[in-house]
Amino acid sequence: MSLGPDEVKRIAHLARLAIDEADIPSYARSLSDILDLVERMQDVDTSGVEPMAHPLDATQRLRDDEVTEPNQRELFQSIAPATEAGLYLVPRVIE
Amino acid sequence: MHRKTLAELAAALRGGEFSSVELTRSVLARIKALDGQLNSLVTLTEEQALVEAENADALLAQGRGGPLTGVPIAHKDIFCTRGVRSACGSKMLDNFIAPYDATVVERMRRAGAVMVGKANMDEFAMGSSNETSFHGAVRNPWDTSRVPGGSSGGSAAAVAAGLVPGATGTDTGGSIRQPAALCGISGLKPTYGRVSRWGMIAFASSLDQAGPMARSAEDLALMLQAMAGNDERDSTSVERAVPDYHQGLSKSLKGLRIGLPREYFGEGLDPAVAAVVEAAVEEYRRLGAEVREVSLPSNHLAIPAYYVIAPAEASSNLSRFDGVRYGHRAENPADLEDLYTRSRGEGFGPEVKRRIMVGAYALSAGYYDAYYLKAQQIRRLIRDDFLRVFEDVDVLMGPASPSTAFALGAKCDDPVQMYLSDVYTIAVNLAGVPAMSIPAGFHQGMPVGLQIIGRYFDEARLLNVAHKFQQATDWHQRLPAAFQ
Repeated sequence: MSLGPDEVKRIAHLARLAIDEADIPSYARSLSDILDLVERMQDVDTSGVEPMAHPLDATQRLRDDEVTEPNQRELFQSIAPATEAGLYLVPRVIE
Repeated sequence: MHRKTLAELAAALRGGEFSSVELTRSVLARIKALDGQLNSLVTLTEEQALVEAENADALLAQGRGGPLTGVPIAHKDIFCTRGVRSACGSKMLDNFIAPYDATVVERMRRAGAVMVGKANMDEFAMGSSNETSFHGAVRNPWDTSRVPGGSSGGSAAAVAAGLVPGATGTDTGGSIRQPAALCGISGLKPTYGRVSRWGMIAFASSLDQAGPMARSAEDLALMLQAMAGNDERDSTSVERAVPDYHQGLSKSLKGLRIGLPREYFGEGLDPAVAAVVEAAVEEYRRLGAEVREVSLPSNHLAIPAYYVIAPAEASSNLSRFDGVRYGHRAENPADLEDLYTRSRGEGFGPEVKRRIMVGAYALSAGYYDAYYLKAQQIRRLIRDDFLRVFEDVDVLMGPASPSTAFALGAKCDDPVQMYLSDVYTIAVNLAGVPAMSIPAGFHQGMPVGLQIIGRYFDEARLLNVAHKFQQATDWHQRLPAAFQ
């Protein structure tokens, strides 16, 4: 499996990752190497094998639908990059 | 004091040989004098530590101290620590002051342990050599031109150099056992779900597990006792009673059935490492164990499956780092997408970016079945291997790493070569079984680790098996020359 520069750019965009143009060839090379490594899985016949999502085959535990967390807005927002009037600030989304 | 194990220090504190404040001051002084050579700790919590030590002394004076009261430890920087920077080895979180304690941190504190600082680590626990940290590489105390192993390399180096008697670590693909092996200390990855992951910055949620790192198995037993148990805030932590890990440590090993997986002793294993591991197994024979060869036929698929599952989960877990609520934020973003992409582009290092991209690719439309689903099927084959061999043997033994610690920079340009250094540890995480590494000997002055793998929730047996070996040998008591 060999990834070209355009695919690397597409994946970086999917992951919302800015990467330097100059680094794209080296990412293309290392990602291709990793995918080659991963490709070895294809040699194994896994038909009929149930995929395993959890080592203990556990099921999701449910709790009562009750409010248990206290409001800690000030504490949590004290480490935010930009806030105003108790809200997180981001660039304008709607013109 | 730095020559004593954690258990010995705790006993000395209870016996009034010295106070926790004295011990904590001595630990802090030693860190300040020596850690410049290692870069094993990224934050020192001196003031807070001395307050905690005073509280511990007050408890001890009343005769109320427990097995960890007043003992200084370090926490891997992946754990959230209230009011203290929790950067996870990343520029992304370099300004992150956690607003709460992780369950592991809270439980260690409740047990009386004193936190003296946070240990360096590979960025977001992604690495096998501790060279991907934003805070710089950690160095191996046995030879500072070599790596300590990753990703809990800061914890391992600090314990190995006698800077702290114990530290926490996390293990997603071998990140406790591999650095423990390369630094010559003991480290335990418990069964998945045995220890809460709440407040531990997530890398790959179905594989991540916290565990203890220290000089001896006895120390690990004390630390695991404090850490283990159900936590309702982590729905993957299991509801199951925690046994007394200390109680069975000295049980005889007569009749213990040890399996040696054929796949752990084949091509790629340094013959010198193999010789040390075989000598350790021979010691177990002397202690009364029976040894037989077993096979884990799907082991060769563990690394390929892991490098789909772990990056896939990482790409999802790391999507929370968007520059909006905490962490690094790019300056003057033009729009929301620019804010996300530049904050993430600037905040993450190359290895983290690589894994996020592999994960995004494996999960993208058209590739899900070929990669993610296939990897999850292989995961079941790997687990079935373990279930099958554990019908015939009580524990498995083998090397924790194919070589001793390699030189800094040796594998940095070749991620796949780096990934292969976890060939003996990764299957354990995919299956979720417990495993540990203990010091088994040396090759050319560098430590070699013996890996011991157990059945689900059989940590007590692993600790017993390790402790008996440590009663018969002194590999775990050695300190590197520069840190005597």
